[in-house]
Amino acid sequence: MEECKMRSKDAGLIFDDESIEYIITNKDMIELSPKNMIPTLYDYWVNDVEVLKGKGLYKAYPTNPYETVINSRPAVSFYNDNNPDWLNIMIFYHVLAHIDFFQSNRFFKHTWNDDFVGQALADKRLIASYRIEHGRWVDYVIEFARAIDNITSYFSLIKDEVKDNMSDKLRYYFEVFLQSEKGVSHAEVFNEVERYNKLKEKSKDVAERIFFAGIKNKYPELTTMFSAWQRKQLKKTKSDVLEYIRDNSSFLMKQENLWMKDILTIIRNSANYFAPQIRTKIINEGWASYWHDRLFRSDNRIKGHEIAYAEVNAKVTSLNRVGINPYAIGMRLVDYVHELNEKGKTSYDFQILLSAEERNKYNMSTGLGDNALFKLRKNFSDFSLINTFVDQDFVDKHNLFVAGKRMRKDINMIEYYVKSRKAGDYKKMIIDSLYHPPLIEVKREKTTSDLLYLDHKFEGKQLVFEYISDVMIGLEFLWGGEVKLETTEIYPAASTSAEMQFDYRRVVYSMLNKRLKRIEL
Amino acid sequence: MNRRNNKKNKKGYTEADKKGEKLSDENIREKDLYYLNSIYQISDFLIFGYPDISSSPINALYTLDELLNRDKQREKDGFPKRIKIGKIVKPVKGKDGSVIVVPTTTEPKFYHDNTVKRDEKDLGESGGTGEEQEGEVIGHQPVEPKSGEGEDQGAGQGDGGEHELTSEAFDLGKMLHEKFQLPNLKVKGSKKAFSKFRYELTDKNVGFGQILDKKDTIKKIVETNIQLDNIDPSKDINPEDLITSPNLNVYKILSREKEFEAQAVVFFMRDYSGSMYGVPSEAVCSQQLLIYSWLMYQYKNRVETRFILHDTEAKEVSDFYTYYKSSVAGGTNISKAFTLAEKIITDQNLARDYNIYILYGTDGDDWDRTGKDTIECVKRLTEIVNRIGCTVVRNSYAASTMTTFERYIIGSGLIRIRSDKIRLDSFPSTLFNENRLVEGIRKLLSE
Repeated sequence: MEECKMRSKDAGLIFDDESIEYIITNKDMIELSPKNMIPTLYDYWVNDVEVLKGKGLYKAYPTNPYETVINSRPAVSFYNDNNPDWLNIMIFYHVLAHIDFFQSNRFFKHTWNDDFVGQALADKRLIASYRIEHGRWVDYVIEFARAIDNITSYFSLIKDEVKDNMSDKLRYYFEVFLQSEKGVSHAEVFNEVERYNKLKEKSKDVAERIFFAGIKNKYPELTTMFSAWQRKQLKKTKSDVLEYIRDNSSFLMKQENLWMKDILTIIRNSANYFAPQIRTKIINEGWASYWHDRLFRSDNRIKGHEIAYAEVNAKVTSLNRVGINPYAIGMRLVDYVHELNEKGKTSYDFQILLSAEERNKYNMSTGLGDNALFKLRKNFSDFSLINTFVDQDFVDKHNLFVAGKRMRKDINMIEYYVKSRKAGDYKKMIIDSLYHPPLIEVKREKTTSDLLYLDHKFEGKQLVFEYISDVMIGLEFLWGGEVKLETTEIYPAASTSAEMQFDYRRVVYSMLNKRLKRIEL
Repeated sequence: MNRRNNKKNKKGYTEADKKGEKLSDENIREKDLYYLNSIYQISDFLIFGYPDISSSPINALYTLDELLNRDKQREKDGFPKRIKIGKIVKPVKGKDGSVIVVPTTTEPKFYHDNTVKRDEKDLGESGGTGEEQEGEVIGHQPVEPKSGEGEDQGAGQGDGGEHELTSEAFDLGKMLHEKFQLPNLKVKGSKKAFSKFRYELTDKNVGFGQILDKKDTIKKIVETNIQLDNIDPSKDINPEDLITSPNLNVYKILSREKEFEAQAVVFFMRDYSGSMYGVPSEAVCSQQLLIYSWLMYQYKNRVETRFILHDTEAKEVSDFYTYYKSSVAGGTNISKAFTLAEKIITDQNLARDYNIYILYGTDGDDWDRTGKDTIECVKRLTEIVNRIGCTVVRNSYAASTMTTFERYIIGSGLIRIRSDKIRLDSFPSTLFNENRLVEGIRKLLSE
């Protein structure tokens, strides 16, 4: 294991030295997986149903993962006790690459400072103590909070993390104060930027202080105006529905209900902790598969197990005839990015080449492949990976296509066919299948202490109708009053062409006293 | 590496939780409040000998019964029930297949609805890889539920030969019995049941066993020698140079398999003609499977199965999978099925050794409008079987009127006169759901 760590670090992976490995049974895997493998996660009956279901599933399909890693400090990984030793070496490379990803990718930045396993244990104990006091009502509150834990505005949480490292004050000065407030010329703005850059070159740490000291006399009002602007910005930041309910519900503010707020916070924090994982599935698995293959094949401990390894690896990373295997697509994309950069194919010179033959042969041997990979790992998510790098060359290289599925009533069969080989279609198909929860916000101007008004921003897809009522029953409980949801629904419209046309209707659902009503706007 | 102690602390958590439930209902005892509001932490409770509410990393799980109770409580609290009985089916023909009963639940959230399509024949798209050109067909798949998914409705389809459906069917039967408060059966003339064992040489074991598996042993030796650097890939292998040890021998080893002697035989019979396609078949099979599960529970697993399909002819098929999946476009002659069942029972003298149940499912259509042969045959059967249960799932176009089968079987007076032996349950296919099916079981099987 230590040797694996050394080899991985030599290859450029970055991870904390400490890690914990557990060998566990299939049963453990089944029991832990509903808790996303966090052993200390709070107890909840839905997880127990999942465990019972998992056990049933295991009877029919006795398969389980080889490993699972969780993003904790120190990183914890679990290994199936059926794995032979040689396989665990390969798997450990896979795990180390995952840990590297968790600890380096920007989408995880908000998880870097705490150990979630420890936090979860504290949360679990708190919930357990509430159960003694409030019994099953704890589980209802968990349920109602979980009903909206997929719309917890995760991106606003990491938004600040992804921007450049300029301070708010500098941003305000250059972008708002000089240009909008004072209306100075572009040249003057550039001069100011230049002045700042020079200061920064000379004295990195105190540059900002010296810079602002220099203009204190020129713009004495800057500090006051900046504070006012900051307050305005703060008001503008949108809180998500869960947070809004927690902070504004008059029902939750009652003395006897205050404990519910803790649960809402726990659910929200847990959801935000898991949020980046589901958005980096393809790139994370691709990254780990790429490295386990590269590192294990160069490790002499593969000796004697080449064939067995080839089999295991193929089972994990081969492209499905039909279907999307995140390991397969991810690993090929990571490999593709490596190749593009190694050959210099991301350059402008390459982009303007039109001849297929020339494009094929193009190779500048830049030696920048690895460098690009580490940048990829730091900055990309599933969406950006697919959106940036799935192009026609990639689709052709791996013989990929969009597989269509249609009903053949005449032979009573489902028919699969090649629908498209165009990169654009392939990219769209994968992007459409990526995790993307609906965008639902609190409409504050219509919300009162007796009415919570939610607004669904329509993005071309309607909400699943059958859950609307159940979610809103829970929200009515938490808000202690009526809940309304404004959303858009899709209806087939009369049309003469063969392709179906749709009507889009804006509707409002309202939930009061556990009864759902629907009004068209 | 640590091997984690995976023993669950069954007592710790559930007890504490139950206590929690109970306490809340009793308005919390003073002592507990003392702990909650005192200087002590939850983790200190152990010192007081108080139930440890957070001991094991995976706390004790709720059992299915506890989960179902919780679901009942939800209704009382005014919230919708959330747990359904689901099924997992391994759709492989052969002896090892099974239907597995699991609870399922969904967490309601605001989700995007991905089902809206511009073309109703279009069933969606996915990724693929291969050499074919655009527009080329890659393959076909029969229309059937996807494998490996828990499905909502009833017990569903299964497969397999004589060992099919066993232990899980028992669990489901028990659950049905408790969840729906079904009556117990009075078993008449039961023969003494005992279990017997069979020994099979199917398992493999390294180190010791009954029969040496030469091929696997050689593989193991070669593998070990590669790891020991004792094999040079560029040269031929000389077996004499290989290092070996008794620990590398792979054996076939005797394993004991428990077998039950059956006490009851269940005949699954159904119409598989064209009009049965879709919901009627699903409803009939689901209900028959539920009944079978319940019988499994009643007879403590000692139940055998026979499967008969008919259109204008009847045939016996070997397993539930075939029984469930088969469909033809032919006409309907119900008497053939009952005649075949009678023939099997008399030829094999089943009535002497077993309690016999005949479960018949149809959409009620019969080309023989008078049903003369059927009535005669059913009359004879009522003398030798414990119960004939007929399920009629009316097609949506005939939902409100009596079907041919219902008309003549009720007209014959059999249902009235021999209600101890034959029962009829009919409902329109649109009403098909778990509760309706269970209600049917009560109708068909109650004493």
